[in-house]
Amino acid sequence: MDTLLNATGLTKAFEPSEKVVDRVSFSVNRHEIFAILGPSGCGKTTTLRILAGFEHPDEGEVVLNGRTLASNGSLISGSESGPGTGAGIGSATGSWNDPGNGNSRGSASRNSVYVEPEERGIGFVFQDYALFPHLSVIRNVMFGLRNAPRKQREERALEILCMMGLREFRDRSPFELSGGQQQRVALARAIAPTPELILLDEPFSNLDAVLRQSTRDEIRTLLKKAGMTAVLVTHDQEEALSFADRIAVMNNGRIEQIGTPEEVYYRPRTRFVAQFLGTTNLITAEAIGATALTEFGRVNLDRPATGRVTLSIRPEHLTVEKPNRHYDNYLGEIISREFKGHDITYRVRIKARECLVHTDNRNHFRAGDQVNVRPLETAVVLEEPDLDVTFATGVR
Amino acid sequence: MLQRVTYIFRKYNLPPWYFLAPAVLVGLSVLIPLFYLLVRALEADTQLSMELVFRYRNLQLLYNTLLLAFGTLIVGTLIALPLAWITTRTDIPGRKILTLMGVLPLAIPGYVMAYALLGFTGANGTMALVFGLELPRLGGFTGALTAISLYTFPYLYLNFRSALAGLDPSLEEASRSLGYRPAEVFFRVTLPQLRPAYYAGTLIIFLYVLGDFGAVSLMRFETFSYAIYLQYAASYDRVYAAWLALMLLVLTSTALVVEYKLLRGLFFHRTGSGSEKKAATISLGHWKWPAYIFVTVLVLLSFVLPVSTILFWMMQAFDTGQLAGLQRALAASAMASAPAALLATALAIPLAYIGVRHPSRLTRGLERVAYVGYATPPLAFALALIFFTLNAVPILYQTLTLLILAYTLHFLAEAIGPVRSALYQASPRLEEAARSLGYGRLKAFFLATFPVMRNGLIVSAAFVFMSAMKELPITFLLAPVGFQTLAVNVWSYTAEAMFSQAAPYALVILLFSTLFVGLLFAREWTSR
Repeated sequence: MDTLLNATGLTKAFEPSEKVVDRVSFSVNRHEIFAILGPSGCGKTTTLRILAGFEHPDEGEVVLNGRTLASNGSLISGSESGPGTGAGIGSATGSWNDPGNGNSRGSASRNSVYVEPEERGIGFVFQDYALFPHLSVIRNVMFGLRNAPRKQREERALEILCMMGLREFRDRSPFELSGGQQQRVALARAIAPTPELILLDEPFSNLDAVLRQSTRDEIRTLLKKAGMTAVLVTHDQEEALSFADRIAVMNNGRIEQIGTPEEVYYRPRTRFVAQFLGTTNLITAEAIGATALTEFGRVNLDRPATGRVTLSIRPEHLTVEKPNRHYDNYLGEIISREFKGHDITYRVRIKARECLVHTDNRNHFRAGDQVNVRPLETAVVLEEPDLDVTFATGVR
Repeated sequence: MLQRVTYIFRKYNLPPWYFLAPAVLVGLSVLIPLFYLLVRALEADTQLSMELVFRYRNLQLLYNTLLLAFGTLIVGTLIALPLAWITTRTDIPGRKILTLMGVLPLAIPGYVMAYALLGFTGANGTMALVFGLELPRLGGFTGALTAISLYTFPYLYLNFRSALAGLDPSLEEASRSLGYRPAEVFFRVTLPQLRPAYYAGTLIIFLYVLGDFGAVSLMRFETFSYAIYLQYAASYDRVYAAWLALMLLVLTSTALVVEYKLLRGLFFHRTGSGSEKKAATISLGHWKWPAYIFVTVLVLLSFVLPVSTILFWMMQAFDTGQLAGLQRALAASAMASAPAALLATALAIPLAYIGVRHPSRLTRGLERVAYVGYATPPLAFALALIFFTLNAVPILYQTLTLLILAYTLHFLAEAIGPVRSALYQASPRLEEAARSLGYGRLKAFFLATFPVMRNGLIVSAAFVFMSAMKELPITFLLAPVGFQTLAVNVWSYTAEAMFSQAAPYALVILLFSTLFVGLLFAREWTSR
């Protein structure tokens, strides 16, 4: 894969003791849509603003297409630079030893590189769009097309507006547009100068639910058609799962897992990731090799483990069945039942503990029925053997 | 090295140098002259200094100044509090007009009010000439108190009004449900909550009284400001004048510190959630007639009297020969005020910008220094500038440039307010958007933020222009020889009891000040 963006060890603290972004590293491939997902206050927007150059990282470096955009020397000369990511660091080191600089390596490594936002060639779509209120739609789009004759700028802006389906709004003021239209103008303005990378900060959060879905699909199609590379920040797990090619899940300033939507959803590495991406059952169990013994019986594990482990198993990976006498030991009772049309959620109590089960709507039980809970998929062994909450249901 | 500096700037979120430098320059321009006041005062040897500081006369001046300040506060409160209550909490018809009446006297500067009172009373006053009723001639403490109270009460009124309108009515309802009668509720619940507004209003009144020169000098009531003027202009005793100015500064700082201490920890927040509830209006019934009489008398005294006195005297002896003088004075006022308005607005941009976008101790401090220039009594400030220019830049002494600079530094605080609220409206994301589209920092500001701020800038310039047009004491001390503005004309003619000669100048000032109040009122109205 062709890496376009490399962020290594990004750290930022606004207050001395409080790291908002803490050693965040990831890389983004060309033509990829990459999402940073996390709850509000987890540092995802700050990370994005560091990439754009609006914030200055305390530590770490940003390399775009082999060019160092921001870097702090302490990291490079330190031990952390070793095993990092190949291409990015290599070229960054090149810039440290810039022959024109003439410095010895030691002092050069304490130097910091910082490229101003306007020189980065990175487009940014703001959460509140930040359209210039004193300029018409087409003027907004033309704003970023600087070094061309007026006629050419106008043509290019119009071309982008047509692509976005905004042709007829070209002479309107931003405040005369609906939220979805403003959104598309903001995107048009950002991609018109054909930046190498485009950053989107919660781009759909100001849209109502119906519009959000359709705008999301449209914009994904547009980005893919234009072959853009994009980094999106969102707190909406559904948005990240459906919009991005890969997702970084962030919590408390750190990235907990990076992977494709399927990977992070089906195989969360940590408890936070498991819970943040949807409802899950967290179970503490005794693992013996490929299986573990739980309250509802023996389950298969996604990877072998021994000793006490915390497992995550999604409610839709469980099902309820009529009591089977082989499973007498694991008999449970349905406490409540929530009918949601296309599926049903049961809350089942087994041995004073509860778990959630999603089943399709052909499966009819009532509260008070005796049932067995049976896993349909393997359970995921989480990395942190956190023992104080056992068999709780993580409902976000 | 340069790289290191830019790195430090960015790391500590310091504003870019081209915003920081003008702000620092403003701060120095305000503080350095004040320092020269001290230099000048210390020129006297220790014994003389001691003698000057511990003169009995100083005590007398302090007594007079404080007497006037507290007197104005009491009279102002007696007018403003009932008026604010009537216009916010009762059903009296015509509340909007009554509110306007409460603000209108702001249009009449103190010396114009003093002019009107002097021209109205006494053996040669309007009252005696028209109605044959000779009122005792106003002057001294009573005269100064009347003039200043009548034009400063609106500041208290505005504070009371917004505080009363913003009170959480459920507190009063809760007290009623706990068994308190309406009058008890007013004194035990409503009034205590007005304290922050009252302190803020009090500070403004105090600063006005301490700074006022026109009214006290025309009424010949010796406060610090008037004494400074007498020392400086009549007896040429500059060292004593410097000492008096320093004492006045100490008094001003004391007022600021006391206000700060009183206000600290005294913010009453609405704790209730949900939409803002409006207090139930109280039906006045027949009590509305006394209320109307109260307001009518107030309007007669504070607005009709000055305006009609000016018109009366103008009709007494107006001939077209006066027009030339009027034109010259108008040109002089505009020539000093317009550049000051532009300069103050231009300087307000960096000051407001660094305060809003790069908040830190440093930028807050710089912004405060601009307010120091505003709070410093104008006579003391003008005197400081004289000492400074004579010592450091003698070319500037008695030039139009110095007058413009003095206006700019003194009224800068008025320009910062509107610029700051305009900046709050322009999201910082706009500038960032421009930067991500390839524009440098300064260019991004001018292309993305500046157009959004335009209205605020116009308001700022208008405020400073109109304030400078009616400014008296600074003009008096700093204007070049023969440079007679409108305000100076009103003052000098009135000082010699030439009321009809003063009238046209007063009328023009009145027109400008009315515009000023209109602007203030329009902003107040739209901001709620």
